[in-house]
Amino acid sequence: MTAKARPGKTTADEDGASRRDFLILATGAVGGAGAVLSVWPFIHSMNPSADVLALSSTELDISPIEEGQAITIQWRGKPVFVRHRTAAEITAAQDVDVADLRDPESDQKRAEKPEWLILVGVCTHLGCIPLGQKQGDPRGDWNGWFCPCHGSHYDSSGRIRKGPAPKNLEVPPYVFIDDTTVRIG
Amino acid sequence: MISPDKGIGKWIEDRLPIFEFAKHSLVDYPTPRNLNYWWNFGSLAGITLVIMIVTGIVLAMQYTPHVDYAFDSVERVMRDVNYGWLLRYLHMNGATMFFIVVYIHIFRGLYYGSYKSPRELLWWLGVVILLLMMATAFMGYVLPWGQMSFWATTVITNLFSAVPLVGESIVTWLWGGFAVGNPTLNRFYALHYLLPFVIVGVVILHIWALHTVKSNNPLGIDMKGPQDSIPFHPYYTAKDYFGLGVFLIAYMAIVFFAPNFFGEPDNYIPANPMATPPHIVPEWYFLPYYAILRAIPDKLGGVIAMFGSLLILFVLPWLDRSKVRSARFRPIYKQFFWLFLVDCIVLGWVGANPPEGKFVLIGQVATAYYFSHFLIILPLLGLVEKTKPLPESIAAAVTTTGPPKD
Ligand code: HEM
Ligand code: FES
Repeated sequence: MTAKARPGKTTADEDGASRRDFLILATGAVGGAGAVLSVWPFIHSMNPSADVLALSSTELDISPIEEGQAITIQWRGKPVFVRHRTAAEITAAQDVDVADLRDPESDQKRAEKPEWLILVGVCTHLGCIPLGQKQGDPRGDWNGWFCPCHGSHYDSSGRIRKGPAPKNLEVPPYVFIDDTTVRIG
Repeated sequence: MISPDKGIGKWIEDRLPIFEFAKHSLVDYPTPRNLNYWWNFGSLAGITLVIMIVTGIVLAMQYTPHVDYAFDSVERVMRDVNYGWLLRYLHMNGATMFFIVVYIHIFRGLYYGSYKSPRELLWWLGVVILLLMMATAFMGYVLPWGQMSFWATTVITNLFSAVPLVGESIVTWLWGGFAVGNPTLNRFYALHYLLPFVIVGVVILHIWALHTVKSNNPLGIDMKGPQDSIPFHPYYTAKDYFGLGVFLIAYMAIVFFAPNFFGEPDNYIPANPMATPPHIVPEWYFLPYYAILRAIPDKLGGVIAMFGSLLILFVLPWLDRSKVRSARFRPIYKQFFWLFLVDCIVLGWVGANPPEGKFVLIGQVATAYYFSHFLIILPLLGLVEKTKPLPESIAAAVTTTGPPKD
């Protein structure tokens, strides 16, 4: 509104124009921020719920697993590989120049006790389950696991050596409660 | 008959001019007089969408979205529900027919330059419909909870883990857990129910835009007056009905004689989160994109190329610099059009095969060609191609020189 339209008023400020601009801006900012923030509960409701999170640890008795054998258990809906490694597998895993690896990590860091290798059995490419747990499965060029989906090879420490996967098989958080029991998660 | 000129019809018309609207957009709508059969596929797509919604709603009355019951509830539809097998096969193969129809509809647009000014927004809305259809079909395929349902979901949702930094959090959010599971199945069902109605909304915008700029035609020139057009009804309603008959014969032949031709036998094995099937392949309509994904030896790069191959359609109206719409008058573009179509089929074939041996190289060459078509060939053709002279008008072209040859 101009001074002309409202005789007696001379400047925009006296007319309240800048005060109105301020109010519109402030209301818009508060309303806008509120609208954006109120979206969060909707988004967060789709994240894992309390009951899903509550299922996130599993205990396992490892005494029946013979040397050279592996078993697969389920943790958080995913397979976890527990392999009782042979001496040859351990040496092969340790005798690697870590610097040459795609995802450099030493075997010592990946296995708390060298004879027990515990991994999340999910290919880091697009989530298939690599083969190599059962007798007679292909175990890839590095005698570990082989993912048939797009051809990733993992070594006997579960590290990526060839194929499209970018990372080593993940080591889940675990603790040995005693000599024969391990808690995963 | 209710008439808008008297009685109850007039009472309604005075308050909501619905008769006028229907007459204007379904009867009088001035349509180019020279449309060929490639123009049937728009109305076919609309009819297929209706078929999908009707069969989907009755299936939803029998379906249980829970990991322990989903597979069995679909098998119950197949064995115990009256005509359940028919409804499911109509829905399952309806998805296939929908993509066939829409892909033909899109290639029609590419051939006759229907994406060029003033139809850019119309084209954009079409691409949005394609993206929504893909999301809907992907989530629908998850519902029977077979091995392919489960592992296709796992692989496709894992694509998002390629996003730097927040990738893992996005994937956990999509799943609602630490792996594909019951929360995933539930939300996919909710969205599978919702998205087709969103598609209906975008289709309405698509047709609104169409009726504003009017249909393109095989000559790719504008209608200049009444001599160039005919009313939609009865000319194109009749032609669309005939096309619908042919379409239904093909669709029913598949439903009754080869209902599982396009499916994967592995999806009749209940989902097992602890064992991946040896060969995971997506549904046929996703194969070319799957080939592009695998052609790039880097995880993030592959995901970007795959989404890029679709998103590039949005900028197509500005990549093609030629002022001439129809390939009929663009002798060089016409050849590249067919090469591009062959390239897409090759990508589909590569996507269906394991990424080994010759398929790796063929997939990479075909992917490179796919992007070159848009980013190099089309912009260059706009500069160098010598186009043929355009006819003076549609009427002149189709009435004095006989039917156009193509
Ligand atoms: C754009 C439209 C749609 C497309 C492309 C589509 C696609 C699909 C696909 C590919 C399947 C898997 C079929 C199978 O392999 O068994 C499916 C299943 C299903 N869809 Fe849809 N759908 C659409 C609309 C709808 C609508 C609107 C509803 C519900 C209102 C619905 C409800 C269902 C149900 C309950 C199933 C599971 C039963 C079954 O597997 O046959 N769909 N859909
Ligand atoms: S998911 Fe294992 S190689 Fe792709």
